[in-house]
Order: sequence, then C-alpha cells, then structure tokens
Amino acid sequence: MAELSATAPEPARPPKSQRPKGAAIDPLFKICCAASATLILSALTGVMITLALAGWPAFSKFGLSFFTSTEWNPVTDVYGGAGPIVGTLLTAAGALILALPLAFATAVFLTEFCPRSLRRPIGVAVELLAGIPSIVYGIWGLFVFAPLFAQWVEIPLMGWAPPGSIWEAVFSGIPNGSGLLTASIIVAMMILPFIAATLRELLLSVPARVRESAYGVGCTSLEVVWSVTLPYVRRGAIGAVMLGLGRALGETMAVTFVIGNSHDFPHGLFDGGSTIASTIANEFAEATSDMHVAALAALGLVLFLMTFIILTVARLLIGAQKNV
Amino acid sequence: MFARRTRRTVASGAFMVFCTASTALAMVVLVAILGSLVYNGIGGVNLNVFTLDTPATGSIGGLRNAIVGSILMCAWAMAGAVAVGVLAGTWLSEYAGDSAYGSLVRLLNDVLLSAPSILVGLFVYQIAVKPMHGFSGFAGAIALAILAVPVVTRTTEDVLKLQSRQLRESGAALGTPMWTTIRSILWKAAGGGIVTGILLAFARISGETAPLLFTALNNQFFELNMTKPMASLPAVIFNFALSAYDDWRRLAWVGSLLIAFAVLAINILVRTLSREKRRP
Repeated sequence: MAELSATAPEPARPPKSQRPKGAAIDPLFKICCAASATLILSALTGVMITLALAGWPAFSKFGLSFFTSTEWNPVTDVYGGAGPIVGTLLTAAGALILALPLAFATAVFLTEFCPRSLRRPIGVAVELLAGIPSIVYGIWGLFVFAPLFAQWVEIPLMGWAPPGSIWEAVFSGIPNGSGLLTASIIVAMMILPFIAATLRELLLSVPARVRESAYGVGCTSLEVVWSVTLPYVRRGAIGAVMLGLGRALGETMAVTFVIGNSHDFPHGLFDGGSTIASTIANEFAEATSDMHVAALAALGLVLFLMTFIILTVARLLIGAQKNV
Repeated sequence: MFARRTRRTVASGAFMVFCTASTALAMVVLVAILGSLVYNGIGGVNLNVFTLDTPATGSIGGLRNAIVGSILMCAWAMAGAVAVGVLAGTWLSEYAGDSAYGSLVRLLNDVLLSAPSILVGLFVYQIAVKPMHGFSGFAGAIALAILAVPVVTRTTEDVLKLQSRQLRESGAALGTPMWTTIRSILWKAAGGGIVTGILLAFARISGETAPLLFTALNNQFFELNMTKPMASLPAVIFNFALSAYDDWRRLAWVGSLLIAFAVLAINILVRTLSREKRRP
C-alpha cells in the first residue's frame, strides 16, 4: 500500500510539484505508528526486565529456598515465597473449577436455550458483570458475602465433619468467612462472565448448518452441544479457559479483601492464605528494607512468568480458531 | 431401545435445567452486588460527598479529593493511551500486515490486555517513582495508560480491518499520501468503533486499584498538582474499607457505588452506541 500511494499518478491539472501535498509527512507518520506499536512491546518487556532486576537480590540470596520455604519474615529479613505461590495456584485452580462448568452452561444457555427476546438483555448483563471493578467485588465479598458464607457454609460444615476424618482437615480453619475458598469463589464470580462471554462468541461462530445437521439426525440438545458444537470450537474454548485462568492468577484487589492474608501454608479450605498479588498489594508500599522490596519483586516475576506463559498459549490457541 | 431414548431425553433435559440455573445464578450475583451497593451506599450519597475532602475519622467529610484525583489521572492516562493506542492499532492494521514483527506486537498486546495490573504498578514504580524519589499523580497516570493502551489498540485494529479495501483504494486513486487517506477516510469511517474502544478502556481503568497503590499512593488532601501523591476513588475505597471505623467504611461503600455505576453507565452507553452497527 505504501508504494502504491507514493507512486500514484498526479491529477490531470499540471501540479506545481511532482509530489502530492503532505507526502513528506508520510514516512514520518509511518514511523510514529511503528513507534507506538514498539512502545507496547517495550512496556511488556520493560515489566519483565525491571522485575527481574529488582528481584535478583532475593533470588541470589535465597536461591531455591525462595520457592520451598514458607518463612516470610520482614523482621529477620528472611523471605520464602512458597506460601503466596501455592496460595496463588490454589485460589486460581479453585476458581477455575467452580467457574468453568457454570460459564460453559451460561454460554450454552445463551446460544441454545434462551428465548430470542431475552438473549440480548442477558448477554449484556453477563458482560456488565465482567465489567464491575475488582475492588467492588472485594468490598462486597468482605462485607456481604463473607459473613453469610461463614454462617451458612463454614460453621455447618465444620460441625458436620466427623472428627478424625479427612473432612475435618479439609474444612479446618477459622470460620470468619475469609480464607482460601472464599477467595476462590469471589474470583470464580469474576472470571465466570468473562469466560462465558468468550465461549458464547465461539459457539456463535459455529456455522448454523453444522448444528442443524446434528439436530437433523436426531441428536438431543446435550448431544449437539457436547459432541458437535463444542468439539468444533475446541481450541478456542481451551484458549478462553486459559485466558480466564490468567486473570484468576493475577487478580489482586478482590483477593486481598477476602483471603485473610497469612503467609503460612494454608492447611484447610477455610484457612487464611495469601496470593502473590495480594502480598505485593499489602506490603510493597510499606516495605522498608531492600531485601523485602527485592523479595516482593521476585514474587512479581514469578507471577509474571506464570501469567505470561498461560496468556500466550491461550492467545495462540484462540488465534488458531478462525472467526474469533 | 425405549429406555435408551428416555435416558437421552432426561439427560438433555437435565442439561437444559443446569444451563438455565447457571445463567440465573450469574444474574442473581449481578443483582446481589448492585443491590448491596445501593443498600449500603445510597444513604451516604449527599452533597458533602462531592464538596468535602476525605475526613479524619469522626469528622464530616466526603470524597472530593478522590473523585477529582481519579478524573485527573484517568484523563491524563487516556490522553496518552488514545494517541499511542490509535497509532499502534493503525500500524497493526495498515502497515504491519502479516509480518513477523506485526504478529509479535499483536500477540504481546493481547497478553498485556490481560496481564496482572499490579505488575504494571510495580513496573511504573521502578521507572517513574524510584528515579523521581516520590509518588506522583503522573506515575499513576502512566500505569493506567499502560492498561488502557492495549484496549484501544485492539479495537482500533479490529475496526480498521473491517473497512473495505475500496475505501483505501479510493484514497490512493486520488493520489493522496497514505497518511491523509488514513486520517481523512479510514479514521473517519471507523470513528464510532474507535470511540467505543476508547470508552471501554476508560471504563476499565477508572476502577483499577492495584496499579495506583504504589504509583499515585494516596493523599488525604485536595491536590491538583500531578507531580504530588494523589488520591483516587479506588485507593480511598481500599484504605477505608479495611479500616476499623464505621464512618470510613460508609464512605467506602459510597465510593464503590459511584465507581460501579459510572463503569456500568459507560458500558451500557457503549452497547447502545454500537448496537445497530456491530451485532446482527
């Protein structure tokens, strides 16, 4: 295109100069555009490089024990990140397990079962749910959801668990409403609409005749979705789920409100824990010693690498799925 | 034969019920969140919220400094993000084609779109707070801009790609330079879509908290100077909600109500704007 416009013929009237007005700015404009694109690239690499540089002292001092030790002690300046790292993985995995079936079902409802007149309002409502800021989920989770959860779920379950059984260990913790499971549920609420909206777009991209031919040979709705449309968008669907996982891993504010913020290894579902993001949010502004800052940056780098890999794979999978 | 058919019908029926119930659950969550925001926040909404600054506990106060700080930082962030995002989106759509560098930027832009915002805060702390020896509104604006750019870039690229080839050729046929074609024809034709992207980016950053915590920090006083630490609604909500004082918590609810409904209003505006154009 660039060569095309540069060598385009002049209008019939003899021009004063051979080049059209403003042509000199053309390369400049192109450079501006390319520079802006490069800025995006440098922002992402910048995040990685600054985190690596700032976190390096922690990695070199604590070595492998940074990943295996749960001792996080700003007083003695000893930092082991196993608690937040495991907490991040557990909350994200829990959130995904809770959100995935519901998100899938919501997307299917919107594409298969929903009455036409309700399709748009419900679709918009799901997207609005995805747009609510994280901090609002946090304050709602802390003041509304957590007390109800403690009263109606945690205390009954802890009372029910037979002493000495595995359930007693699973349901151990302080029944104050905050903890690992609460964080997982809140994060699940946040990624559910996001995954549902992406899956819905994917399911809508399945050609009508593919669905219709499945119905035509007598499949039930379940069989159409499970054996025909879902396999049709398989790669994109996996990508959408991984995108949700990436969000769950990096979710900060809502988790900080409800996870209980303890650096120990969580022992039960109702036990307080911490994630990488919540640890950084809580401590970075108050970190005084250099090693504390370095340890937080090192945690940040771990989180960055986890999300970067997952998001990259997710995008590649979605990109491979055409029409989305 | 008959039993098998019954089983299939029952399974499908159960599946349908499950799907309907999940959607209903999502709707219940939306209503529950909005309902408790209104229930807890609406009582505190009065003129003081907009005319007084965040109080010491026990005294009367409002959220003026936080509201103004949020608007200022978002405005600066959007100014930068629109310039960079629109140009980058234009480059991806008009110049990059299928080149390797173009694909790389496209992929990284998509990654940045979902990257944890708190890490962007850490990054900006290292490049804009530490060297300047102080938290500042500008640092907050930079962090927000980094989060807004990928949204603008993505939508700009998408809507520009929707424009027909004939539009570009008509520009070239007149002998106009490429940048004039882009400015006067393509950007004009894609204007609505680009505005949609800008509004979505604005909605996204106006609720962001994590990247502001250690860039703009917070400020209990009214501040218009972007080189000083600056209050923002999300940061004030975070501090007040986790405090032990009832009056601060009430203000946190009011702030959440304001921010949630502002974000929802923008989102609904976007959907009504793009209704007839984008969805068949």
